[in-house]
Amino acid sequence: MTARPLPPSRLSRLRQSDLWWSFTHHRGAMIAAALLFVLIFSAFTAPLYVPQNPFDPAQLDLLNAEYPPIWTEGGQWPYLLGTDTQGRDILSAILYGSRISILIGLASVFFALVVGIGTGLVAGYYGGLIENLLMRFGDILLSIPTILIAILVSAIVRELLPPSLREVGAGGVLVLAIVLSGWVQYARTVRAQTAVERSKEYVQAAQLLRVPARRIMFRHILPNTLTPILVAATLNFGMAILTEATLSFLGIGMPASQPSLGTLIRLGNQFLFSGMWWITVFPVLQLCLLVVAVNILGDWLRDALNPKLR
Amino acid sequence: MIVFLIKRLANAALVMLAVALMAFLIFRFVGDPVQLMVNEQTTQAEKDALRENLGLNDPVAVQFLRFVGNAVQGDFGVSYRNQQEVMSLIAERFPATIELVLLATIISLVVGVPLGVYTAIHRGSWASEGLQFLSIIGVSLPSFVIGILLILVFSVMLNIAPAFGRGEVVSIGWWTTGLLTPSGRAALILPSVALSLYQITLVMRLVRAEMMEVLRSDFVKFARARGVPRWRIHYVHALRNCLMPVVTMTAMNIGSLIAFALITETVFQWPGMGMLFIQAVTFVDIPVMAAYLCIVSFIFVALNTLVDITYALIDPRLRMARG
Repeated sequence: MTARPLPPSRLSRLRQSDLWWSFTHHRGAMIAAALLFVLIFSAFTAPLYVPQNPFDPAQLDLLNAEYPPIWTEGGQWPYLLGTDTQGRDILSAILYGSRISILIGLASVFFALVVGIGTGLVAGYYGGLIENLLMRFGDILLSIPTILIAILVSAIVRELLPPSLREVGAGGVLVLAIVLSGWVQYARTVRAQTAVERSKEYVQAAQLLRVPARRIMFRHILPNTLTPILVAATLNFGMAILTEATLSFLGIGMPASQPSLGTLIRLGNQFLFSGMWWITVFPVLQLCLLVVAVNILGDWLRDALNPKLR
Repeated sequence: MIVFLIKRLANAALVMLAVALMAFLIFRFVGDPVQLMVNEQTTQAEKDALRENLGLNDPVAVQFLRFVGNAVQGDFGVSYRNQQEVMSLIAERFPATIELVLLATIISLVVGVPLGVYTAIHRGSWASEGLQFLSIIGVSLPSFVIGILLILVFSVMLNIAPAFGRGEVVSIGWWTTGLLTPSGRAALILPSVALSLYQITLVMRLVRAEMMEVLRSDFVKFARARGVPRWRIHYVHALRNCLMPVVTMTAMNIGSLIAFALITETVFQWPGMGMLFIQAVTFVDIPVMAAYLCIVSFIFVALNTLVDITYALIDPRLRMARG
């Protein structure tokens, strides 16, 4: 009896891929990935070990207000990065805020991908009038600066919501605003690629076999268009976090009752001139670390997946 | 060429019409204009009269045409918040924004182009890798963060530049400028640097990519063989050949810079169009929002069209491909 060789597991296939090789030979990418992992992990496990839930008013004590960071004079344990004017621990607020920022970023990229890929596939596969209509609509959206679209959408949708839903729905409104200003890019990439793939033989073969159009689009063509999409999605995750932070900073994003990093920066900004720099600077730092890590990974991915650079 | 020109202009007009439609829909259907304009003492009869006066009882298509007709003449109605003509509100703020944007553009070219050339020539050197890494950070920092950090360092800690306002301004006709007074110039420094930082990284990356391509071409090799001095090859022969895309990108980006300026303006309390817009958004002052959308989009579309047409004039191949 001879042992049949096992088919290679997913893990071992990953470890033999070019992508993995390129990753382990790019120091920047590894550092960025490690940093990103730490940031995400700490944001989601924060409730287990931070000294307080910063958004539960019952846990705040004004007596603890305005402590500077622990390594400066007047710092107080356990408030490592100091407290704000309401006695809220900055470190806890940052970790809770990152969680909101990351979730909104992920949700925006996901829905923008769904809308963009769907539109691009349909436009590229069917061509003709549908393509013209969808892509013209995209062109028009692209001819307005994206930040303007995001601001307008979020302001208008919020106005249309009943007041009782405005605070609860703030996250959803932001996701909608970022998706609406961002899906066109995916749609264009997928459409261009689909239009190329459509005329290839494997698609013709599938059509002759009467494979349903939906199946051809999603199972046959889509996998061949994913590489550029993957790069764009990574870079756009960083962009989405930035857009969310910008909107929140401008006061039309997350409310103070469930603040993201942008909201924290807006709230802290008022105290910059009174010398309480730590209320603003630490959320700023966290936001930058997060986005820099994502962008370095995105840059690496773009080079690693580019066949011209191999 | 004429066909291309007409097609391109028609396309631009179509986009502007779509933007106008969007602005109109916002104007007409977000909140009831009559409710927003009256106070509690207004009687029902007065409201009805106002409704009739504003033409809100006409068919929607007629209302839209009237909206476009008025917008073309620069009439965007009256601000809900302070009952002033929207157009005069914006005209008042327009010079502040344009001055900021143009200065930021100049800074980005003056700093970005040499940096791009340097990183292309000294590829792999310690300094150029460092700059390359800095440019990733530059792209990752949102502009409000740059503004806050600049204020923290230069206004709060060092106290060498003002952190808000526009300083003293001098008016020349309807245009106001801060460039002629010391306080106006000082006030311009931080906002324009904050606005230009992202643009600098873009220019630098573009120049670097173009330079690396040009440096491989035959005419550069030939210039080297002739013994032309190094700096002359790099900064005269090669650089000249990569300026076209830089000029294009700069021209196209002025539109988005105007839009992005609204963030910088909010951080520095700069009295430009952007701050007006953000205030309008917070107070749901729809006419101002609609007007700002139309004007910024118009500048954006006009610049893009202009660049496209200029390109077609220079490069005949594009007339066929793009038309």
